[in-house]
Formats: sequence, structure tokens, C-alpha cells
Amino acid sequence: MLRLPPFTLHQPTTLAEAVALLAQYAPDVRVISGGTDLVPNLKLAQTKVGHLVSAKFLEKLHGITRTDTHLRIGAATGLHALAQDGDVQDVLPALAYAASRIASPQIRNMGTLGGNISLDTRCRYINQSELWREALGGCLKSHGTECHVVPGGQGCVAALSADTVPSLIAYGAIAEMVSDQGVRRAPVAELFQQDGTWHVRIAREEILVAVEIPIPSPQTRVAYRKWAVRQSIDFPLVSVAVRLDVDGAVLAGGSIVVGALGPRPRVLTLERLAGRPLDEALAQALGQMAWDRARPLPNIPYDAEYRRERMVIEIRRAVRVLVGLPEKPLVTKT
Amino acid sequence: MTVADPTTPAPVLVHLHLNGEPTSVAVPPHWTLLELLRYGLNLTGTKQGCDKGDCGTCTVRIDGEPQLACLTLAVEVRDRHVETVEGLGVGGEPHPLQEAFARVGAAQCGFCTPGMLMSASAYLDDLSLQDAPVVRREDIAAALGGNLCRCTGYTKILQAIEEVAQSVLARQQDLATSDAEEP
Repeated sequence: MLRLPPFTLHQPTTLAEAVALLAQYAPDVRVISGGTDLVPNLKLAQTKVGHLVSAKFLEKLHGITRTDTHLRIGAATGLHALAQDGDVQDVLPALAYAASRIASPQIRNMGTLGGNISLDTRCRYINQSELWREALGGCLKSHGTECHVVPGGQGCVAALSADTVPSLIAYGAIAEMVSDQGVRRAPVAELFQQDGTWHVRIAREEILVAVEIPIPSPQTRVAYRKWAVRQSIDFPLVSVAVRLDVDGAVLAGGSIVVGALGPRPRVLTLERLAGRPLDEALAQALGQMAWDRARPLPNIPYDAEYRRERMVIEIRRAVRVLVGLPEKPLVTKT
Repeated sequence: MTVADPTTPAPVLVHLHLNGEPTSVAVPPHWTLLELLRYGLNLTGTKQGCDKGDCGTCTVRIDGEPQLACLTLAVEVRDRHVETVEGLGVGGEPHPLQEAFARVGAAQCGFCTPGMLMSASAYLDDLSLQDAPVVRREDIAAALGGNLCRCTGYTKILQAIEEVAQSVLARQQDLATSDAEEP
């Protein structure tokens, strides 16, 4: 049985009230929305905090609105609602798919987009009971001084495990934060830093309010691929979004965004491949590019070398689907 | 004069609808809905398994949606409708899902059963709202994607839910046919 440690819960009904509370109690405060990441982390004493500010009753954080140019998704929009939304499925299918692959039906009913973006990093040495962690002498993220993933490492390399982040970056999403100092906007791509103990650059005084995503042109195609052991519940072991901007029958640009490496997603731009035809060779080239420049670490389950190969496979499959080839090449009988 | 103990925050009065009944209860802010149900209200049908969102045995329905009581702060369910396994049967009669689970042998140790039933009842409700409902094993499995069973291998559970779903659809079709036959 896991009990929550005592804390003070605030349930503001206006954004002004919420940011005043955050300013008053920072840094000993967190925003709680669905609670599906924060509550277990509090129970396991991975996170320790005196005050929680609930986003549940903040109307401005809920709902999806579509303009001619953008989709605006409130940070407290549920993951199931996001995956099922007609506008999101219509213009941001990779994001709808990514949301549909998170955890389980129950967790998608509770969890929110803002919570997924803010999802704490994961590592086989941190997602354990406090007793287990202490027995190992702790680690950089858990009252210790040693990293068990990278011997001698000085920075925590726990893995960003948010399924929505790679496709949000591929779509060019902008995050909007509010504090008592006003509104701040930043591309989701610039929201993460190489520090697994605190990888999301959202200050304790700030609350993530919404994400704005430009509606892609018909020349832009995005796919998200997740590999995990089971069809549900699991966090991604390989997490990739591929964006291809096409011009007729050739590539004009795009990006590969890889999650589930270290604390920060890896973004590879494809401009130097402009002019390449949309074929199997392109799928192979993008896979090789990721193999060269994105390296999974032994921080989450499954062998890192295997996940590196698997990442290449998922990228090839994403490219094939986006250019209209069969996802898995036919095996010919000899 | 009473001095507030800083380590145990004062209980907060919460109003909710529990299995259809308006309920008011005082609960500390760091209690989960699961703790409120089991230790505050003595509704022990909802089970406490992993207590961190992995196993699904604490599944209840909040405003109709299957959610996890172990990760829900009790004071956050104010004014909402919470349904537990105790509310599944009507008037002392078991729900058709409960009958089917017993008939088919879908429960072995039974610890996952309350959560399975709550996820399955949400699946049935979603199915009957569809325009052209079809019962598919893979849809049932997806609806149970957040519920672990360590005994059965799931086959009997899927079978029980499939049988009830088929009978629900058959009854809907009968009703539709008899409506069409009205002069």
C-alpha cells in the first residue's frame, strides 16, 4: 500500500488565482492536472512538494479550438479527448495517434496534454521504491551523487518518455506559459534541456496553459511510431516522429524527432536531403541518419543497442507509410 | 483551542454522487479516492493493487469514464458522479456482466474482477451508443488494456464480456425491429 505524503491542495477557479498561488509557494509547488504521473511520483517519494495547485477547475486550460491557421489545445485537455477529437484527427493525425498510444484507457481518461508534455523523465534506477533507491546509494536524480547509467557521468540522463512530444515538435507546436509576470511563448522543441532531474523548462512559477500548432499544408506529412513491449500501459522504448515536407515527387525538407533517449528529444532536420525522391532509398537514408546521430542509453528497459536498431526500423516504416510504400517490405520466397 | 497539526492537513468537505446517491464526506487532501472508498466509506469492492496506476484493479467510473481511484485525489471528485462495483447491480440483482463472469469462469482469484467489470461496463455503454455497433474481440481487449489479470490468461474474461455484448446488441436489434413493426 502506497500512501501519499501530506501536502496542501489548492483548487483555484481562475488563472489569476492560480499564478498568484504558484508565485507565493514556488519552488515548493507543482501543478496537478490528471495526476497520473505526479501522484505515483509523490507516492514513491521521487517528487517531494508541499503545495499542489489543481488545474482541474481552470476553464481556460480546457478545450480545443481551430482557427484558419492554428489548432489551440488547452493544457488540461484529456488525452482520450485529444485522440478522439475530429479536428486533431483531421489535421494532426500523428498527434491524435500518439495520444491514443499512451498508457491505458483509464490513464488517457485522466491524463492531460500538459501533463504528458511535463511528464517526468524515467530511468530504471529512479522509477523504483525509495528503499530500493537508497539500497543502491541513490543516483543523481535521487539524493545521490553517482549515475548508474553513465559511470562517472555528471548529468542525469533519465529518458524523456512523453509520447506526444516528438509529434508536437515535428508539427512545430508552440507552448504558452503564464506566470504572475505575464505570458511566455516558446517552441516545444526548445522546452527541454539536457538535465534529467528537471528537463522541462517551465518554471515553478509558471503554468502551461495551451499548445498552439500551425495547421500543416497538404505538402507536410507526419507520422509517429512507438515501440514498447505491450500494446498498452508501457512507456515508449522507442519513440520517433518523422515529418516529410514534399514538393511533387521529391523531398523538400522535414525532420526526424527522436524521444526516449536522454532528457531531451533529438531533432534532425532533413534540408540537406532536399530533392531526393520519395522511395525506399529515402527510408534507408533517414534510418541511417538517425543511427548515426541519435543514441539510446541503458537508462530504460531493453538493451540500448537493440533499441538503436529498433529505432532505425521504426523510422524506415514511418517513411514508407508517408510515401505510400508498404510499411513492411514483402518477404519473397526463395 | 486546537492547534492544527502541520503534518496532517485538515479534512475538506467534498460533495459527490456515489453510485447515484448524493454523498458528503470530509476527507484529508492527500487521500486518494481509493482510500476514501475503502477506509472512509467501507466500500471495499474497489481493490487496492499496485497503488500506482499499473494494474487497474481500482478502476471506478467517474462521470461514466473508467478512471483509477488510486491516482485520483478524493477532493478532486467534487460534484462528480462516481460509480463503483457496488453500484453495478440493480436492486440486489447482479449485473449481466457479473452473471456472465460467474457462468463462464472469468474469475479465478477474483482480485482483478471489480476493475475488469467497471472497464467492461464502460465498453458496453460505448458500444450501445454506436450507430452500427459490432462486437470485436480486439475492441474488448483494447477496452481492458489498463486491467491486469495474473490468473486467467484473459480468455474467459473476453468470452464473458463478448457474450454480454452480443446479447445487448441482439436486444437492441429486437427493439428496433418491434419499433419498425408498429403500425
